[in-house]
Amino acid sequence: MSHTETPSAQPTARPTAQPGTGSVVVFAGVAKRYGTHLALTAFDLTLQAGELVALLGPSGSGKTTALRVLAGLESTDDGRILINGDDVSGLPTSRRDMGMVFQSYSLFPHLSAGENVEFGLRMRRVPAAERRERAAAALALVGLDAHYGRFAHELSGGQQQRVALARALVTRPRVLLLDEPLSALDAKVRVQLRDEIRRIQTELGITTLFVTHDQDEALAVADRVAVMRDGRIEQVGTPEELYTRPATPFIADFVGLSNRLPGVVRHGFARVHGVVLPLLDPSHADGPVRVYVRQEDLTLVPAGQPGDASSNTSPAGTSLAGTSPAGTSLAGTVLLSSFLGSLRRTSVQLDQGGTVVVQHDVRDRHEPGAAVVVRFAGAPVPVEAAI
Amino acid sequence: MTAGIGTARGVAHAPGRLTRMLILGGVGLVFAVPILAMIEFTLRRGLVGGYDFQRWIELFQNGLTGEYAPILAALVNSVGLAVGTVAIVLVLLVPTMLLVHIRFPRLRRTLEILCILPISIPAIVLVVGLAPVFSVLARYVGSGVWTLAFAYGITVLPFAYRAIQSNLDGVDVRTLSEAARTLGAGWAGVLLRVLVPNLRRGILAGAFIAVAVVLGEFTIASLLSRVNLQTALVVVSKNDPYSAVILSLLALFVAFLLLLAIGRLGTERRRPARAFTPTPTTSTSGGDQS
Ligand SMILES: Nc1ncnc2c1ncn2[C@@H]1O[C@H](COP(=O)(O)OP(=O)(O)OP(=O)(O)O)[C@@H](O)[C@H]1O
Ligand SMILES: [Mg+2]
Repeated sequence: MSHTETPSAQPTARPTAQPGTGSVVVFAGVAKRYGTHLALTAFDLTLQAGELVALLGPSGSGKTTALRVLAGLESTDDGRILINGDDVSGLPTSRRDMGMVFQSYSLFPHLSAGENVEFGLRMRRVPAAERRERAAAALALVGLDAHYGRFAHELSGGQQQRVALARALVTRPRVLLLDEPLSALDAKVRVQLRDEIRRIQTELGITTLFVTHDQDEALAVADRVAVMRDGRIEQVGTPEELYTRPATPFIADFVGLSNRLPGVVRHGFARVHGVVLPLLDPSHADGPVRVYVRQEDLTLVPAGQPGDASSNTSPAGTSLAGTSPAGTSLAGTVLLSSFLGSLRRTSVQLDQGGTVVVQHDVRDRHEPGAAVVVRFAGAPVPVEAAI
Repeated sequence: MTAGIGTARGVAHAPGRLTRMLILGGVGLVFAVPILAMIEFTLRRGLVGGYDFQRWIELFQNGLTGEYAPILAALVNSVGLAVGTVAIVLVLLVPTMLLVHIRFPRLRRTLEILCILPISIPAIVLVVGLAPVFSVLARYVGSGVWTLAFAYGITVLPFAYRAIQSNLDGVDVRTLSEAARTLGAGWAGVLLRVLVPNLRRGILAGAFIAVAVVLGEFTIASLLSRVNLQTALVVVSKNDPYSAVILSLLALFVAFLLLLAIGRLGTERRRPARAFTPTPTTSTSGGDQS
């Protein structure tokens, strides 16, 4: 892929960033090798001014590497990195003007929280009085103004990461980099701090790259999510786009919870046990495929209810794909139903073989062994050619 | 020297109290008997029998003058050597260790082996190897006593390395220096404002151990015909064994104080001490008195 080519999934960059509202960051065809292993290849991504982009992907997909390359902590083997149009590839980390929060606790143990926050200002030779004032303000921003004199070992994990966030923000960096800053925290603090990061980020309008392997986290806070796989970006889009229109089965599988069902593609439609579903990519070649159907795109109805249309009894040959109401549901037996607080997840053994998991309202209960009908909502599905 | 015992708490198969006392007592005895014997020796009243402090008083009243003047010169030599050796540790070893730790972690094993190696080489063997080197060295920089610091820099490597490494293991040096760099610190800033303050204890301990080793060193200096405190003491002991022993005791005492100070480094300080494991090498503090 050539470096001049603009990534297809990106909207055109806004021409100029307003001062104080973040910078435009462009990765253009960046490659990074560790020995023979390609940690990043043809990595293209643009962050608009003030935008929060989450970098999502499985372990080892190169998320941290992308972040470190932007921070200058790793060199690139190919490609360019632009901030507001300037190539920063040659700049050392200390001159790139980035704020970074690390996955592991990284407060300087010999300094108090306040002195930690002051560190970046000290490096920029800000006078002592102003330094103290700005550090206190930054700590107030993360709700820790009362902890100025505390040392790292006197703070909880969540508080340490807040101080680290204040330390990264106090210099008003051009870009904020977050490498799984919440992964060491427990679930409740995670959600709280994640929302707080989003609030502060919006307030300051700072361009932010947020690395995570937690899809909930990514979908919840990001303006856009970039899903990585094997050192390159598989899809970039808003959380809604990613969720409703996954570009590839990998994305469908990675974002949200999907059932994987055997099927056949013919004339732009997928057929699963006689149920006909529209394809996300109608140009997909005919043949046997794996079909990804989201758990919440299925509904459960007790067998024999009006309108359930025991379609499975109709011959699978009905060819009026999508238009026939008779091609939208399958009969099965409930295997197991689990209560998950705000929703319920039920697995169903299909009469025609295979199991599906259905996510539905907690108020609908289906006892194991009950005969049910699984109805397909008919949302376009991604498919993957079966070998 | 009892610092190690405290950590036994909570270990599954820690020896019982009695066993510990016995071991401690046994080891203590081995150290105490020669020292007590030395003290006893200096207090003897010649052929008359009985004990007094006469020799100590004399020595302290006259100071290191007259026949003891060489000892003063030797002491100055030794202190100078100690300073030089510490400088080598600080200027060469510390930055090398940090560089390897942060940038070339794969070389860590190699560096460790290299640094520990001198402990397995007897001083005599070392001298055999060093003699030709020093004869070449003498041609360029002279044969001043200070050149011994190069040899001592090597002999203290294992001790200094262990002391610094144990501190290094307890601090996430890599992340801290990366954090400092993203905050705008150059390499000097990272080193002086982040790494040195956090490795203070290890570096100080390494330096103190180096001083203790140098003050007690005899073999290399003697075989390379340089004068240091220990060789001078041996010379004095030929005429006046009593004063030589008194001075040896004083040297031991200074070394002991240094080691106590090292122990203190671990507990002092406003943040909880990360386990500073007293290195087994501290037993060399007395050096090789002959
Ligand atoms: N210093 C290194 N030396 C060699 N290989 C490395 C190095 N750092 C990373 N890699 C390799 O590069 C690939 C990408 O690593 P990276 O840390 O970017 O993954 P990640 O997406 O952040 O994963 P995780 O979610 O586990 O943090 C991995 O296969 C990893 O083994
Ligand atoms: Mg990572």
